[in-house]
Amino acid sequence: MARKEYAFYPGCSSQKGASASNYLTSVESMCKTLDIKITEIPDWNCCGASISYAEAGELPRHVMNARNFALAESNLPGQDIVATCAACWLGARESKERLEHNSGLMADTQEALKEAGLNIKAIPEIKHMVEVLIEDLGYDELKKPVKKPLAGMKFAGYVGCQTNRPFGIHGESFENPVYLDKLIETVGGEAVPYDQKVTCCGGALAFSEPDKAQAQIKDIIESAYDNGAEMLVTPCPLCQANTEVYQGQINKKYGTKFNMPVLYYSQLMVLAYGGSAKEAALPGNVIRARKLEEFAGK
Amino acid sequence: MSNANEQMAARYKNNFLKEIEEQAEMGEWVKMCMQCGVCSGSCPTNFHPGWDHPPQEIFMMIRAGKREEVLTSNSMWMCTSCYNCYVRCPRKLPITHIMHGIAEYAYRLGVAPKFQPTLHLSQTFWNNCTKTGRVNEVKLTQSLYFKDGFMAGIKKGLEMKDVALGLVKAKRLNIMEALGGGHKCKDIKGIQAMLAKAKELEAKRKAAKAAA
Repeated sequence: MARKEYAFYPGCSSQKGASASNYLTSVESMCKTLDIKITEIPDWNCCGASISYAEAGELPRHVMNARNFALAESNLPGQDIVATCAACWLGARESKERLEHNSGLMADTQEALKEAGLNIKAIPEIKHMVEVLIEDLGYDELKKPVKKPLAGMKFAGYVGCQTNRPFGIHGESFENPVYLDKLIETVGGEAVPYDQKVTCCGGALAFSEPDKAQAQIKDIIESAYDNGAEMLVTPCPLCQANTEVYQGQINKKYGTKFNMPVLYYSQLMVLAYGGSAKEAALPGNVIRARKLEEFAGK
Repeated sequence: MSNANEQMAARYKNNFLKEIEEQAEMGEWVKMCMQCGVCSGSCPTNFHPGWDHPPQEIFMMIRAGKREEVLTSNSMWMCTSCYNCYVRCPRKLPITHIMHGIAEYAYRLGVAPKFQPTLHLSQTFWNNCTKTGRVNEVKLTQSLYFKDGFMAGIKKGLEMKDVALGLVKAKRLNIMEALGGGHKCKDIKGIQAMLAKAKELEAKRKAAKAAA
């Protein structure tokens, strides 16, 4: 039996062939090494993300999350829910909080769930994978399996918004959270200080207002370069995609020469635990992390 | 002006604050704003053009009864959901959610700005993810690119082709999703019945408040 078991909520973007499929691959390898068992919530659905607010309204949004709670509760009783995506985690936590504090909203939710043959008894705890790592396991436990420290490599820990606000990781400050820096250091890398750690990447507005979002992304990457970082590291699929895939367009627009790889914390951990480039899902990076590919081959 | 909008304007007469409190999600918090402006200084999109009124201005305009200016404003649609305003507000107002709530209300009344790109994204995203229970990223992108017609879509597609090719090469863009492939929920019928019910209950709750 694994030392920890969770009801896993992978989220839409991590599915095979989707924009964060490399996140899922690396999380699975990481969990294997750490002896964490994650079991997918059967037939889970989309959380609605933040952007659906206008079309969805209030209750339908919570009902989407409530369906996942009910499925987790009945199929994986006693297990906390763990999400890897920042938006999934935020959306689910927000719904949990609202439903638990508003009996009218809860009653309406139960009535809607009945249509899908479901109901909620008690909403499970909802954690981000980062909370599982640092709260349920702790930095010391994460360090134990390190076989190949990422010595001499400089990373800018890009925390961004939704794992940081409004809930955040317990004990961390909203303005300067340090958990990601600590994770980088736990696997032997160097976390460079820089001033855009919690700047918004534009989120969903990278689609609808690309000029505004790309101006923000430019600030983030530029500051990482200015402070000596070789790579960016993030806990969020949308931060990862936004800061990675638009660098080419930003270069065209601003005359910059950005070409900075953007990794997930889980990819670094897999490599430090001795995993292969494939297990760390390095081929899933659009801007190839050559230094890490070489490192994995050694 | 739409019919729903006229009805609500008549129902709440000169009390726009009460209207927002009863009809917009989290609207009951608006009166707590003390006009310090920390929200505006914290907003990442504040520095870009297209932002008519910062949040604290919107809140004061609600209290001043500037109904049409508020509801037709572009401001709420600039929100990236970064929650900076939310965590910094000294009075602990859930500003992000209030802005979403006012935006949703304006949309529900049919007075939100026409062709607002973030409103369009919100519609497209929700319709996409509720169709099969999970997001189909390729179809989502297609509907966003082709929102202004076929030729504009082709042009946008060409502009974005390097981004798309990079993702295809990294196996992070599944072309089969364009043909209805990709992941989806099994109980789509249950999800849709559940959402129809939720929509009905929400409409009932809001109507009851207006009737009280």
